[in-house]
Amino acid sequence: MDAILAQLLNGLDKGGAYALIALGLTLVFGTLGVVNFAHGALFMLGAFCAVAFRAFITMETVTIDETQLSPWGSPLEVRTPMAEQWFGEWGAVMVDYSVPISILVAIPVMLLIGIAMERGLIKHFYKRTHAEQILVTFGLAIVLQELVKTFFGPNPWPQPVPADFRGAADVGAWIGLQAGAVTYPLWRLVYLLFSVVVIGAVFAFLRFTTFGMVVRAGMADRETVGLLGINIDRRFTIMFGIAAVVAGLAGVMYTPLLPPNYHLGMDFLVLSFVVVVVGGMGSLPGAVAAGFLLGILQSFASMTQVKALIPGIDQIIIYLVAVIILLVMPRGLLGRRGVMEG
Amino acid sequence: MDFLRLPKKDLITFAVFSVVVLTMPIWLQPFGAAYPGLMQKFVIFAILAVGFNILFGLTGYLSFGHAAFLGVGSYTAVWSFKLLTMDAIPALIFAVVMGGVFALAIGYVSLRRSGIYFSILTLAFAQMSYNLAYSVLTPITNGETALQLARTDPRIIDGLFGEAGAGLPSPSLLGANLNGFEAFYLCAVVLLVSFFIAQKIFVSPFGMMLRAIKSNQTRMSYTGFNTRPYALAAFVISGMYAGLAGGLLAITDPLAGAERMQWTASGEIVLMTILGGVGTMIGPVIGAWLIKYLENIFSAFNEGTLHRVFSFLPDGVEEWVVLIASKFVGEGWHLTLGLVFMLVVIFLPGGIMEGVRRLRAAFPSGSSARRNRRNELNPSAAE
Amino acid sequence: MSFKKRGISRRSVMKTGLAGILATGVSPMMFSRGAWGQEFCNAPTGDTVTLGFNVPLTGAYADEGADELRAFELAVEHLNGEGDGGMIPTFSSDTLTGNGILGKRVEFVTGDTQTQSDAARDSARRMVERDGAVMISGGSSSGVAIAVQGLCQEMGVIFMAALTHSNDTTGKDKRRYGFRHFFNAYQTGVGLGPQLGAAYGPDRRAYHLTADYTWGWTTEESVMAATEAQGWETVETVRTPVGAGDFSQYITPVLNSGADVLILNHYGFDGINSLTQAVQFGLKDRQANGKDFKIVLPLVSDLMAAGAGDAMQEVYGTSNWYWSLQDEGSKAFTASFGAKYGQPPSQAAHTSYVQTLLYADAVERAGTFYPPEVIRALEDYEFDGLGNGPTLYRGSDHQCFKDVYVVQGKAEPSNQFDLLEVVNTASRDSVTYDPAIFGGELGPYDPGMC
Repeated sequence: MDAILAQLLNGLDKGGAYALIALGLTLVFGTLGVVNFAHGALFMLGAFCAVAFRAFITMETVTIDETQLSPWGSPLEVRTPMAEQWFGEWGAVMVDYSVPISILVAIPVMLLIGIAMERGLIKHFYKRTHAEQILVTFGLAIVLQELVKTFFGPNPWPQPVPADFRGAADVGAWIGLQAGAVTYPLWRLVYLLFSVVVIGAVFAFLRFTTFGMVVRAGMADRETVGLLGINIDRRFTIMFGIAAVVAGLAGVMYTPLLPPNYHLGMDFLVLSFVVVVVGGMGSLPGAVAAGFLLGILQSFASMTQVKALIPGIDQIIIYLVAVIILLVMPRGLLGRRGVMEG
Repeated sequence: MDFLRLPKKDLITFAVFSVVVLTMPIWLQPFGAAYPGLMQKFVIFAILAVGFNILFGLTGYLSFGHAAFLGVGSYTAVWSFKLLTMDAIPALIFAVVMGGVFALAIGYVSLRRSGIYFSILTLAFAQMSYNLAYSVLTPITNGETALQLARTDPRIIDGLFGEAGAGLPSPSLLGANLNGFEAFYLCAVVLLVSFFIAQKIFVSPFGMMLRAIKSNQTRMSYTGFNTRPYALAAFVISGMYAGLAGGLLAITDPLAGAERMQWTASGEIVLMTILGGVGTMIGPVIGAWLIKYLENIFSAFNEGTLHRVFSFLPDGVEEWVVLIASKFVGEGWHLTLGLVFMLVVIFLPGGIMEGVRRLRAAFPSGSSARRNRRNELNPSAAE
Repeated sequence: MSFKKRGISRRSVMKTGLAGILATGVSPMMFSRGAWGQEFCNAPTGDTVTLGFNVPLTGAYADEGADELRAFELAVEHLNGEGDGGMIPTFSSDTLTGNGILGKRVEFVTGDTQTQSDAARDSARRMVERDGAVMISGGSSSGVAIAVQGLCQEMGVIFMAALTHSNDTTGKDKRRYGFRHFFNAYQTGVGLGPQLGAAYGPDRRAYHLTADYTWGWTTEESVMAATEAQGWETVETVRTPVGAGDFSQYITPVLNSGADVLILNHYGFDGINSLTQAVQFGLKDRQANGKDFKIVLPLVSDLMAAGAGDAMQEVYGTSNWYWSLQDEGSKAFTASFGAKYGQPPSQAAHTSYVQTLLYADAVERAGTFYPPEVIRALEDYEFDGLGNGPTLYRGSDHQCFKDVYVVQGKAEPSNQFDLLEVVNTASRDSVTYDPAIFGGELGPYDPGMC
């Protein structure tokens, strides 16, 4: 029982990540009708916002410590982060909390990247076929990841969990079970909470703001909204920017869980597409539901008891579900009629 | 010899293509690419791209899972080496058959959907094959270590003809060893045959039908016409081509690893076809050669090479040019590939072949001008 | 075939050139070498010799690959008589004089294996066919090493394996043309078992997470046997894909499994990820069965320790070599490497460097690059001064036998390089085993012709 509960928690945690990554993809598809194969790259760029920010605040000054020797016999170089020199104790806190703080950096950066991408490339592809959209964004994904590789190298960049959030929380005790029965890493709980908040914020934004209402109207009938004299194009551009921000934030907060490297985007791209397709292309609630569903299934499929029944199921469960859903419910769990058909 | 008949223009293409392929060891010399390992890749990936083009170029179905068939072909061929004989012919036959069987199974399911859903389905199947080959199917695929020959393999047929030697046997063709150049010529001949068959398909009524699927599937089905068997046939044929290419890969190097089934490998096939020019006969082949050339030669460029190339520039300028250029060669060759690919998709959706056509149209001269005029009258002949 | 005869390919040009040299007797040394002085794959003809270094620069083991490359470059430098000579002066053999190999200046080409068998073999083939490499070294994944070793056997090019730790490399899949200086999983078990038994007591329950390929399997098998010999019980063994990244779904079930030790048969970035994630799950602070929960990393390098940071503290593992060793060879190598790169060498760098030197020395002693003679020079060769004490290159399986080090993550590192501590040494005798237990056969000496 405790084991099932822990696995469920792991599934929710994974699901939160999947849903968050897929959200931006389905947002772009729903609003702009563009299949964006560079979405994984946006996730990766977000993660590298955190890396770059940390690299910046941990720039070091080097002093030579004559009392210690390096392994090869010369005096040891002691490195001190400049942030600590400038801000003293606050600098140390900044370094410790670099990941959450870099959210502040990631939002404007990703918004700009998103808008630039839409204005510079995507908008020329609204009229082209989906296949061509896939191809050009696939090319863009390669270019973006190789650029990151040029600047950051091929190796992953570990990002620390802030000291206050290290270790595990006794979730079992919170819900009245025996102490230590169900424990779960604090930062993963933070990520789950974070994804729920971001997803909620995107929904609220679309639901309760005028901007969101126009966008939703545009999603339903772009021409009519355009005829009403509303500049729907500009709003769609901003929506693309927002999708980029959501993907970027998902990336920023994910860095302590998995050190990012240039290839992170491609690794998550297939997954995010599967989530979107299972949820239904262009459906926001669908993407969220599918994200959590697949996360939980993936987690349970990795249990030894399940693997003993169906060997290898942990390796294919996500794809298997996608295939079945696509064949049985062509529009996905919550997809709208007529999207991408024919 | 009726089945050998082709329109005259196609026959000329075939003849020129044959000469180009068979003389590779000569004309690749100045490019530093005339070594067997790379030339084998050139022809094998050309087969793969030609096959992929039968599906994507004719029907418009974009498969992101073609590498799976390549992998299946390789595994089958290596198993044929291990269990039956080191001869290439059974290995190739089995590889083609298995590629076709897998394509039939995956295609039957995937073709129930079209557009992006089809792409995602093929992607999902390919990833499933890859993940399984990597994990629970290890007894069949040898997982990450990759399937290899062992001296102790049964090799039933070979066993009938004599004792195994002291070392590992290597693939052969009717008793003749297949090393370096011999293997290249085998692959080259197979490429020519495959190319010819593809040409036949392109001009056949079946090919016309496939083009009709691409241009307007809805209209096709309104006329009461069931397009799926045709699309499935195209899918299976291109799966067989991929299986064949996989089998040849195993002949040139008897090892089969799961990596060649990964979705990024499928993506590479798409890149080749698009770069060269989808829907044309020669385009995918050129795309395949370009990418393999970049991967093998361009990727070996380093700053030393660049300094030699740019040595005519003044010193200060040279430093900068080399610094910037070095990001695009060597390990950065993927960046170049990505950029070129994007530019092609944006400005030249017809790939390099469209570029060639446009150039011809811009500078009409003699025969090509005549051909252009003819093409204008008969657009399908241009493809 | 026809083109070879017509002398159009690069290789045939080389061959004709060689034949010409032989015919005119310009190279009396080759003649004097008698019958086997004929052609073999990439026989060096000019005044240089090319070595191929095939390492992972991307993928799960990229960190180790980059360090291997540094060591290879350093070794080439020292062979060519540049730099401070590193371990050449401490090496028990005195054939290396800084005059290249057999008087030929050493050049090298590099390639990226991407930590994948296919890509590695491709890259090795390119080095042999395009660049004319006469020896290939590298590795960093046993799957890759075994695949490349098979290729080298076919092509008749010697493969000096660097970082590969699976029992199969010199066991089931051993090859006449493949040589391994690095230790293996069996030796890890012999070294680690008693240490774990002494530190954590006899009554423990272990849970294995294992990288799903040859190295992971053999490590799991060897460590399981060694710990069970200490009275431990194995609760569960779970296979995880290489490069999985997020291991949380595999770590979650550990919590309620009744295990009190987690053994992570992971290496490189996989090891770093699974270890840090396991620590994030609070496993190190956990109590199970009334005991403190422990994590073990059977194969550990200082690159992993640096990547894992605090998580590595007090975790046991084994290492082929560590820079803090105090013998003359280790000190000389660490000094030379550190001066050039500003960081101490890892075990991967050490084994790469040593393998290059050993190859050069074997060629010098054989007096030729002809592979069968070089192989015979390496087989059953006894040497010292390269960091692990007296070492034997056993002829029956091409495995080196030398001391194996049990290491532990330092609780309080004094500086950024001081990450591991050598807590125990398993003697060469104790880690020597009968080659028959792993089977396999080496195959013929006859050189393939590329």
